[in-house]
Amino acid sequence: MRIPVSWLRDHVALPEGNDAPTVAEIADAFVRAGLEVEEVHHLDLVSGPLVVARVREIEELIGFAKPIRYCLLDDGEPAPRGVVCGATNFVVGDLVVLARPGTVLPGDVAIAARTAYGRTSDGMICSAAELRLGDDHTGIIVLTVDSAAPGDDAAEVLGLDDAVIELAITPDRGYCLSARGLARELAIAFDVDYVDPGLREVPQVDGVSRPVRIEDEQGCHRFLVRQVSGVDPTVGSPWWMRRRLQLAGMRPISLAVDVTNYVMLELGQPMHAFDATKLDGDLVVRRATEGEKLTTLDGVCRELDPDDMVICDSAGPVSLAAVMGGESTEIGPQTTRLLLEAATWDPASVARAARRHKLPSEAARRFERGVDPALPPIAAELAATLLIRYGGGEILPGRTDVGTPPARLPVVMPIELPDRVAGRTYERGATVRRLSQIGCTVQVGGANGTTTVTVAPPSWRPDLAQPADLVEEVLRLEGYDTIPSELPPAPPGRGFTAAQRRRRTISRALAGAGYVEVLPSPFVSASTWDAFGLTEDDPRRRTAVLLNPLESDRDQLATTLLPGLLEALVRNVARGRRDVALYGMAPVVQPPADAVVMPDPGVLDRPTDAEVAALIGALPAQPLHVCAVLAGQWEPHGWWGPGRTVTWADAVQVARLVGRTAGVELEVRAVAMPPWHPGRCAELQFDGHPVGHAGELHPAVVEAMGLPPRTCAMELDLDALPLTDRRPAPVVSPYPPVLQDVALVVDVTVPAAELTTTLRRGAGELLEDVRLFDVYTGDQVAAGKRSLAFALRFRAPDRTLTVAEATAARDAAVAAAVETHRATLRS
Amino acid sequence: MSGSNEAYDPKQVAALTSEALAQAVEDAEKAFAQARDLEELAAVKPVHLGDRSPLLTARREIGALPPKARAEAGKRLNHSRTAMQSAFDQRRAALHVERDSRTLREEAVDVTLPWDRVPVGARHPITALCERIADVFVAMGYEVAEGPELEAEWFNFDALNFPKDHPARTMQDSFYVAPEGSGMVLRTHTSPVQIRALLERELPVYVVCPGRTFRTDALDATHTPVFHQIEGLAVDKGLTMAHLKGTLDAFARAMFGDTSRIRLRPSFFPFTEPSAEPDVWFPEKKGGPGWVEWGGCGMVNPNVLRACGIDPDVYSGFAFGMGIERTLMFRNGIADMRDMVEGDVRFTCAFGTEA
Repeated sequence: MRIPVSWLRDHVALPEGNDAPTVAEIADAFVRAGLEVEEVHHLDLVSGPLVVARVREIEELIGFAKPIRYCLLDDGEPAPRGVVCGATNFVVGDLVVLARPGTVLPGDVAIAARTAYGRTSDGMICSAAELRLGDDHTGIIVLTVDSAAPGDDAAEVLGLDDAVIELAITPDRGYCLSARGLARELAIAFDVDYVDPGLREVPQVDGVSRPVRIEDEQGCHRFLVRQVSGVDPTVGSPWWMRRRLQLAGMRPISLAVDVTNYVMLELGQPMHAFDATKLDGDLVVRRATEGEKLTTLDGVCRELDPDDMVICDSAGPVSLAAVMGGESTEIGPQTTRLLLEAATWDPASVARAARRHKLPSEAARRFERGVDPALPPIAAELAATLLIRYGGGEILPGRTDVGTPPARLPVVMPIELPDRVAGRTYERGATVRRLSQIGCTVQVGGANGTTTVTVAPPSWRPDLAQPADLVEEVLRLEGYDTIPSELPPAPPGRGFTAAQRRRRTISRALAGAGYVEVLPSPFVSASTWDAFGLTEDDPRRRTAVLLNPLESDRDQLATTLLPGLLEALVRNVARGRRDVALYGMAPVVQPPADAVVMPDPGVLDRPTDAEVAALIGALPAQPLHVCAVLAGQWEPHGWWGPGRTVTWADAVQVARLVGRTAGVELEVRAVAMPPWHPGRCAELQFDGHPVGHAGELHPAVVEAMGLPPRTCAMELDLDALPLTDRRPAPVVSPYPPVLQDVALVVDVTVPAAELTTTLRRGAGELLEDVRLFDVYTGDQVAAGKRSLAFALRFRAPDRTLTVAEATAARDAAVAAAVETHRATLRS
Repeated sequence: MSGSNEAYDPKQVAALTSEALAQAVEDAEKAFAQARDLEELAAVKPVHLGDRSPLLTARREIGALPPKARAEAGKRLNHSRTAMQSAFDQRRAALHVERDSRTLREEAVDVTLPWDRVPVGARHPITALCERIADVFVAMGYEVAEGPELEAEWFNFDALNFPKDHPARTMQDSFYVAPEGSGMVLRTHTSPVQIRALLERELPVYVVCPGRTFRTDALDATHTPVFHQIEGLAVDKGLTMAHLKGTLDAFARAMFGDTSRIRLRPSFFPFTEPSAEPDVWFPEKKGGPGWVEWGGCGMVNPNVLRACGIDPDVYSGFAFGMGIERTLMFRNGIADMRDMVEGDVRFTCAFGTEA
């Protein structure tokens, strides 16, 4: 909402002269009252002698391509001043605006005496456009008769020193989308007089204008009609109105449109003007019927929805109520008879219609927030009066006023509730005083020793419905800065949960291990799944899909963090980084195969436990994943020697690091799983269940996604790992260990992890640790075989272990390997 | 070798005379001093302190002395030996120092050579700042509550007193999930966690919720469709707006130093009444200390308490929410929102593991 300060001064008796508040002070007052000031626009100033002058004589100069006048002006100085002028919209006796030589107009236009058309022009008569008062170049400004005297400072008369305050109005304060509402707030802030233009008396009128029937009273609360005739369609609106509209951010169009817009900005009541001769029969206000169509003012033929409110004449819909008028009844260049509509509409219906038709108009914006239902007669009278004042003609007798705005109940609250909420004691009478200032009718009463107030909120404040709403009014007008600062007693918090601590620890462990955290994007394109080589029935393709994605091809919510991390990897590589190791932790969205219907338990009371469970159950699973991707060299080459390129093993290792940090040992198993390399993909398991994958990516995926060669990745479902709170302590034996090495020859297909498990099982409890320290394939073992060498460490908890005991345990381990994997002892 | 002298008969043993012993000590001291390194010293040691050294040889002669003279000779002998051993130890210590200083000098390396073999990781400053804020509130007795990112509209809007079709719903441009009318949105704020906390927990409730939130703002220098908020909620008996202010003042001091504080401007949020927008006093503000807009807050709207089955005549509460990206931007001087989104490691590494 943009409002010129001069407009506010029409209604608020702000101090004048030296006590006059600056624009900054006015803006601050709005901010303190809860109206956010987005910007203050200071207007282009004119410097130098810009004065009011009266036209004394006009001499038409003949023989030029266009009409030229030489005028003698009385500008308050003894001698008349001669000025050449190309406009013709003035007569002798008119008051005009004169820029004497020495004036500098907006755009750095310096005025000097000059010779033109054979005469000396000692200054310039200004148009609205030249003073940046509007876009009107067609003539010069003619001031209202006797609004000023020759020689007066024209900048002051015209309000050139005006400023525009641009405010962001919150949805609860629809009344502030008008000069009326803003002026009230300003008057309260400065504690000065205010005359409410929305409470003007309107003349008594007998009889109805065109008959109106409201068929849907839920959608339309009040509908008022007033008509004017004999308006000159060629006359434009006056310069001051055009200027105010422009300063408020609206484009002047025609007298009829400008007047309705002006009334909307002044009072907050959106209006619509019909060409009365294009309407046929009584008006009917109702919901549209299935299949009905209406061509709106923007020339679009719209299919109406049975929820849309429409205004109809005998031929059908002529206006999409509260949103946009119809083309068939539009004011045209021949329109002299106008029907003015001022109505009150159901906010929710308007909001739905505006959204449905994607027409967020100024009118809809106000109706959505609630328009004062008392305004229609006042607004219609103001519009009609302005129309005939500037366009001629007359207001036709009769006023149609139908409908009943819903009754509102008064709010009762303890008089000291504001004190209780604020945590301080306000001056006696503050509650009543403040609520009265905003227009409430307040009655003080009470029983049983408590004093209450019964508050009838004003018609323009639909947001005041419960005691808390009234409390806010008292607190904000008394000033939030008067509320003290006090800490509540500290509650007995239990600290972070085990899951929260685990998440932090893993994050730190990954950073400590050399990975850089990124925040992966949750939005994925379906083409990614193709690049990943996923089969059609892969569960990762079963995504939640956005109805309104920012990028139309990225409309799926991630079921895996890999796309987001690979995107960041590619970006880093594109920016010249070769060696990249990234990690990310975020939830993924995994919708169920069959959608669950979302219940709506209402909000009047706590939903039942079953309803809460149903709400939560209707949401997809959203487990927390951790993902890492790496490419390039893990260790760079340097003065110490050659570097080391990342491998599948780094990816598996970082997965195991996450497991260990979480307090669990993950088991590793070979699987084939896109997008990984089918021969270099590890499935991480816990307790026999898969919890994630790690390894090198498939070369086809690397190529399709433009990744560096041999890019590796791992992803784990952290929520699938159990929380290990209160980990049990081990028994640490003080006795010396016995170390034994064993080399076993097995088929190359035997996974090292399985052989290790077998050794551990076969060796029994005396085995403290087993470590694979060598893998050999080559001449010394048969083809298709390899030798795996293990270091075994034996120890007893209660005694010094003998070599014989250790050897027996080792032999048992070997025997198990022989039996399970047909291993042979390498000699 | 002389035999034992049983008879009490004074007899001279030349090797045990004072003169002989003094000479032996002198010879040894000279030899030790002349050793140029530990090897030479080791080589001469047996000559003077070994089994066949003059001193040890003399010791065997002690029995040849008359019993009365033995004690005195033994004393002399021990004295000489101590002197000789001391000379040896001193020389060896000196040679050790000399050897050590030389060898270690030879082993010196250029310790300024870089050893950047191990990659250096880092945590995202958003993560670090979220944790830091959570730490501040946990220290005040709050707990950290959580909720899903794809959320029921009931939690994200309805229960938070956003009436259906009210413009407040469109204020927060939501990502909606198919099909139309699914009743699900990507949460537009962390406030739905307020409702979950009030439904799940016993009163009183004091929680914060850091988390990821979503709005349909295209990515540019000051907007991102995916961002983070921290939500705070306290519901207890007798909580006032003064408590809200005190809590935010404490938060401001924890984040921006002891001179920081909060001021409140009236505002509107459907789930708080009265509502306010806090400004925080930021001493290190670009261009000089000043106020910076810092989120939204207010007293929990009684309609919200009712939707959670809490009697607003008995309990009251306050809530607040701040943008983490925005906080990080002014706190750490980040000019472009995209730096926090794109995942360029040069940006993140600059923060290490803390923000």
